[in-house]
Amino acid sequence: MAGNEISAAATTSVAARAQATGFLARRHYVRWPEALPWLIAIACFFLFPDRMTFGSQVLVMVIFALSLDLILGYAGIVTLGHAAFFGIGAYVVALAFLRLGWSEPISGIILGGLVAGLIGAAVGWFILHYRGLTLLMLTIAFAATLQESGNLRSDITGGYDGLPGLSFDPLLGIFQYDLYGHTNYLYALAVLAVIFFFVRRIVYSPFGQALTGIRENVRRMNAIGSPVHRRLVTVYAISAAIAGVAGGLFTQTNAYVTLTVFDFDFSAKVMVMLILGGTGRLYGAFLGAFVYMVMEDNLSKFSPTFWQLGIGLLLVFAVLFARRGLAGWVEDVGHDLRRWVKR
Amino acid sequence: MNAGAPATLEVQKLNCSFGALHVTRNVDLTLERGARRALIGPNGAGKTTLVNLITGVLLPTDGRVLLDGADITATTQAFRARRGIARTFQINQLFRGLTVLENICMTIGERDGHCNNLWRPAGARQAVIDEALGHLESLRLVDDALKLVRELPYGRQRLVEIAVALAQKPRVLLLDEPAAGVPSSESHLILDVVAALDPDIAILIIEHDMDVVMRFAREITVLVQGAVLTQGKPADIMADEQVRAVYLGQARGAGGGGHG
Amino acid sequence: MSHYANIAVSVLFDGLAYAMFLFITSVGLSVTMGLMNFVNLAHGAFAMAGGYVVVSLTRSLGIDFVPSLAFAAVAVGAASVPFERYLYRRLYKATDLEQVLLTIGLAFIAIASFTYFYGPIPKSVPLPDWLQGDVNLGFRAFPTYRAFLIAVGAALIAVLWYAFERTNIGAKIRAAVDNRRMAESVGINVDRLFTLTFALGSGLAALGGGLAIQLFGLTPSFAVIYLVLFLIVVAVGGLGSLKGTLLAALVIGIIDTGGKYVFPVAGNLFIYAVTVIVLLIKPAGFYGRE
Repeated sequence: MAGNEISAAATTSVAARAQATGFLARRHYVRWPEALPWLIAIACFFLFPDRMTFGSQVLVMVIFALSLDLILGYAGIVTLGHAAFFGIGAYVVALAFLRLGWSEPISGIILGGLVAGLIGAAVGWFILHYRGLTLLMLTIAFAATLQESGNLRSDITGGYDGLPGLSFDPLLGIFQYDLYGHTNYLYALAVLAVIFFFVRRIVYSPFGQALTGIRENVRRMNAIGSPVHRRLVTVYAISAAIAGVAGGLFTQTNAYVTLTVFDFDFSAKVMVMLILGGTGRLYGAFLGAFVYMVMEDNLSKFSPTFWQLGIGLLLVFAVLFARRGLAGWVEDVGHDLRRWVKR
Repeated sequence: MNAGAPATLEVQKLNCSFGALHVTRNVDLTLERGARRALIGPNGAGKTTLVNLITGVLLPTDGRVLLDGADITATTQAFRARRGIARTFQINQLFRGLTVLENICMTIGERDGHCNNLWRPAGARQAVIDEALGHLESLRLVDDALKLVRELPYGRQRLVEIAVALAQKPRVLLLDEPAAGVPSSESHLILDVVAALDPDIAILIIEHDMDVVMRFAREITVLVQGAVLTQGKPADIMADEQVRAVYLGQARGAGGGGHG
Repeated sequence: MSHYANIAVSVLFDGLAYAMFLFITSVGLSVTMGLMNFVNLAHGAFAMAGGYVVVSLTRSLGIDFVPSLAFAAVAVGAASVPFERYLYRRLYKATDLEQVLLTIGLAFIAIASFTYFYGPIPKSVPLPDWLQGDVNLGFRAFPTYRAFLIAVGAALIAVLWYAFERTNIGAKIRAAVDNRRMAESVGINVDRLFTLTFALGSGLAALGGGLAIQLFGLTPSFAVIYLVLFLIVVAVGGLGSLKGTLLAALVIGIIDTGGKYVFPVAGNLFIYAVTVIVLLIKPAGFYGRE
């Protein structure tokens, strides 16, 4: 009967509307599995108290990988020179201490992040007009130029031997650093938490949505009037700032910095970590950095050659069979589990 | 700029060449407010090229593009889109990895400048979601709202492409073969939606289907080998000897008409 | 000759030799990237492999240097065919990032494998007598090996130019680089063209790797250390262009040699500066297409 058909159509339509609205409106809510990485990080503090110096380095890499995820995973910018901003942050903190006596740690990394972010905005403004190989080469060249310039003025930067003898004030005036790196670990974790909070908000904001649009189809974005270049420069600057904070944290937790922070290898390494964990998923950065660093720490000591072989095989395997990385695999497993539970 | 006001789009002596290939020749065209114009012509006549020139995907080698009298010839695509020019592509250009609803929400977000906001969650903007659902409803796409675009059959994706253009709330709308690939059971939807649009919007449709052209158009422009052959009312165009020669020549496979 | 003129001539000569090495090794990468739109970061690994083949042939089998070079080029070129057909071909439609990751992975595997078999210590090759010492070119004496390198480079340029501009195959390659779909519709077997070009490019890379041993020594890391340099030559010259690669190789070879002579502390700064300047002005490189 016509009347029934109409009301049936109206009901499905209403139901569909409600479902659609609900999905989008609730997407940014924090879900309980999100607590896991943090619980694990805190658990590590109690379970492995003698590995806390290593733990701090893992957290530094997570922050670095997170910064890369913003531009690579969300905006789709392929760069092999992100170590440039990590290095800028690292050296700002070191030189601020050596030249200005700036020893307060928190303001130090904020300064490092700000400088890296400003330089990121300037560089990004120029190079983000380009794509593909041209953009890739420009990012590589920028990082390499910084490294070579640093080597040129090794009187300032300490060259590849680096700048030792850095020391920083206790955190908030209270927390002393200890030989076992306990304070550093919790410090790094706190910084990561703050950064993650901001990154998560950005990713779920309309701006973050626009970044995904740029990654998915830049022609369409142009056709609907999106100021693509401005958006890319903005996210590049933010990402550079975060990488700078990671670099500053690196200097503080190591009390040491060398020009190797600008290495092409280092840029490639953080990209491998992110791919391993899965791009565009924020938690991919956690997973990838953690797994990579732990494996490297254990395996490369055993045999660097086998480590390199392993990474090579992993990359080839990931591209051919597991394009969404470990986080994607975890998602799939979670999906299957949920379906199995529902039965 | 008054975004809601009706617009006039004008193209004057537009020329475009790629090296020795002269793809657009001295085209004059006006889309006055409320225009319902169809652009027809044999394959390769340069119809999509003309739309690309109007929207800024291509820059002309000579001639001007004017919006409300202002010269926009040297402006970018995004600039023109923000001034109210929307288009669909001949081959869908959608965000294939996102849901249908997100495609529309993104469009509205960029239109109203929401996407400049880095802080508030996208999902909190109920008004945007409601408006997006409204657009989907008119094209019977609500049930597909949460499906990824790449999971839809091509014909339904085409409807999403139209929804995106409409979500821009354009003042000038350029549709490039909107019904191509859409199953006939659903192609009437497109025309119904277009017919229901604000009568002040200027609309240009590129179409091959003469039924659609006759139903929709109040004016027709015939493009052959990049140049305007003739323009006029539908009845006159259909009766025009030159036009028939171009199309009949095509059908017979004889020399007449061009495969430019 | 006056002192400064002497230095200038030395710099030019060494720069030219370096440029020839860059050209020979990079031209294959430029053509395959321009033709197949495929980012192949394993290209350096083929060069490295070529070098080690030459080392094994000359040291273990006692074969002369020049025949070893020829054999290495052919062997590596042939060996590269299965890679193209069974691995790379699956990723022609994939994103840049995926191609980058796959080929970096392959490069790592190659480096690890060669380190396992040859060890990390730098290797050298025994040169025949006629390639050692200096050769007198009339107004001055020059190191014979570098003169040899320049001669090989020049000969290859002539051969490649002829092959590209005057033969049928060359025309087909140029057409396919220009517009692949058009070439296919005209009946050109693009798949076979890809394989052929790739094999040729890898073979030339192997030749370059073999020639480089005397200049830089050979370790497995050669594959990545010089990769950035090859990418720079390709990007600056323009993808798919023989002329572009040559010009870029000359510019970079001579500026780098000159720069390192005048201002050694600056290291590779000059190369990167040139790269940035050229790419900002001409993003597609000297002879690239937008």
